[in-house]
Amino acid sequence: MSVTLLIEQLLNGVQLGTMLFLMASGLTLVFGVMGLINLAHGSFYMVGAYATATVTASTGSFLLGLGAGIAAAALVGALVELLVIRRLYHRPHLDQVLATFALILIFSEGTRWIFGSSPLWLSPPSWLTGFVTLPGDTRYPIYRLVLIGMGIAISIALYLLISRTRLGMRIRAGESDREMIGALGVNISKLYTLVFALGAGLAGLAGALVGALQSVQVGMGEPVLILAFVVIVIGGIGSIKGALLGALLVGIVDTLGRVYLPIFFQAFMPPSEATGVGSALAAMLIYILMAVILAFKPKGLFSAHD
Amino acid sequence: MKQITRLGLGLLLSSSLVTAHADDVKIGMITTLSGGGSHLGVDVRDGFMLALEQSGRDDVEVLIQDDARRPDLARSLSNEFMQRDKVDILTGIIWSNLAMAVVPSVVRQGTFYLSPNAGPSDLAGRMCHENYFNVAYQNDNLHGAMGAYMRKEGYEHPIIMAPNYPAGTDALAGFKHLYEGEVVGELYTQMGQTDYAAEIAQIRDSDADSLFFFLPGGMGISFMKQWESSGVEMPIFGAAFSFDEILIKAVGSAAIGARNTSLWAYDLENEANDRFVEGFQATYSRMPTLYAAQGYDTANLILSALETAHPDDKDAFREALRAADFDSVRGEFRFGPNQHPIQDIYVREVVEGDDGEPTNRLMGIAVEDIQDVYFEQCQM
Repeated sequence: MSVTLLIEQLLNGVQLGTMLFLMASGLTLVFGVMGLINLAHGSFYMVGAYATATVTASTGSFLLGLGAGIAAAALVGALVELLVIRRLYHRPHLDQVLATFALILIFSEGTRWIFGSSPLWLSPPSWLTGFVTLPGDTRYPIYRLVLIGMGIAISIALYLLISRTRLGMRIRAGESDREMIGALGVNISKLYTLVFALGAGLAGLAGALVGALQSVQVGMGEPVLILAFVVIVIGGIGSIKGALLGALLVGIVDTLGRVYLPIFFQAFMPPSEATGVGSALAAMLIYILMAVILAFKPKGLFSAHD
Repeated sequence: MKQITRLGLGLLLSSSLVTAHADDVKIGMITTLSGGGSHLGVDVRDGFMLALEQSGRDDVEVLIQDDARRPDLARSLSNEFMQRDKVDILTGIIWSNLAMAVVPSVVRQGTFYLSPNAGPSDLAGRMCHENYFNVAYQNDNLHGAMGAYMRKEGYEHPIIMAPNYPAGTDALAGFKHLYEGEVVGELYTQMGQTDYAAEIAQIRDSDADSLFFFLPGGMGISFMKQWESSGVEMPIFGAAFSFDEILIKAVGSAAIGARNTSLWAYDLENEANDRFVEGFQATYSRMPTLYAAQGYDTANLILSALETAHPDDKDAFREALRAADFDSVRGEFRFGPNQHPIQDIYVREVVEGDDGEPTNRLMGIAVEDIQDVYFEQCQM
């Protein structure tokens, strides 16, 4: 077991974490500001990926596609907020879950109807393919490094947006007291639409970036959505800082668990059994992590509503 | 679209008209036409219908239903087909877990079942049945053939990888059975996993000289794309399930150079195959996959048996099926004692086609006359 493998796996963990953060930040904002559980967040991820794949295929430019993906996801997010979500704010969480689950089905079947059920082709542009050699002779794909860089840049931008701008001030105010900010004369419905579109746009960006690495297909958002929920529960619902920390934690624990658990079990088991047990346990690892954290900090690492 | 409308119309008509002749043959097809992996079901159906159309027979009626890849739905559809529609033959199921839910009870009740894809080991071995015929492959065949091929080509240290679920562990077991050597590592991934960075790093870190993997559907697409940009230089091998004509188009250039085993290739030279590939392209304007070939062969097997007997005469019809007296698109085809195919498995390489898109090219035969290892457990 070499050091280069460990470094590479740590990078992989961070890369997974930053992409999870893009998903989780929108989810946690929407929950923190509006008190809404949005299961359809994974659909925005899918919309972003499909829009990017379509525009990239017709224009040949990945960057244009990426812009289109973010715009499409944000636009769809705003529309969904105006048409559906708006009616759910005062409903119990169970109604919200039911309605947004219906949205998942509508988006999935709608996408299948328009694009068919075969996966779409989307790859990183040629100037981002290939790998770089890091110190210690680790080869690492350029595209994954770019993803890490973008994740960090967006985290900083989000931090500045929330701590330094008027919009951010309102978001923070909304998080701490929803009724009061409305009473103070802030146009709350415009703020809600804006926050929802922002979250959807970030999910769309994540979908587009990851779609180029994996595959663009119907239902691609749901597995990520589950992880993103784990992230915001660990981080503390409503907290951006918590989402960032939770995302990195989940990314690194998941990646390292997948690699080192089977190896760990090989120390005292026959190889084929060890890989089976190790992989099975690795699949549960982040949920065990979540349970442990919740046992000590029931509201997550950084709760917005203390 | 026109095709679908026509099929839909056919369905409506067939279920509302009860005027069918007494000696007409009714076939029920349960297959996956929606949800993940629906391109498999669509191709089986299209291949099957093409064969019927080419035969020009109008006394064979096909009822088609979508199982949405759900075992419970497949099971209730099979009951409907048998009790309400009184079908003579059932076919169409793509997935092994669905086949296990449906086939045993169907064949026990005296209806014939012909599998155009799934070939779980239980149905080839201890649960085999005289009314069950597999026209595609036993699940191990393609993986085992690749093991034998890699051995023959002199790869000494393969690393092998599959998702951690029954068909995945079976695939690796099948591979090892015919590889007959030490593998340097076995990696089990999660079902539906989309990020393979961790596995790729492990493969790079190992001393392997080659990689064999079984990652059906979207999993394979994700893996291949990430593999390409990882800079690992190692020949890759797999079964055709990760390299059908539709999937490799979604993978793009990353698939080029991969070798895969298949029971059929579109550039296989024989008369039946020419007729099939040309007919398929003309009718559906796309390249057929191996699933379409299996659907086509299934229909032609049924048609050949109908020449000698009607399914009402069960013993005679069964004998006629066993004879497998039809021109298979994959060349020679015959049944073993457990009514599973004994056939040649081919190796194909993914190359850049004339249109710049990746496509499969036939390289040769991996294993001649491959037979599953379960037939000895079958007591019929």
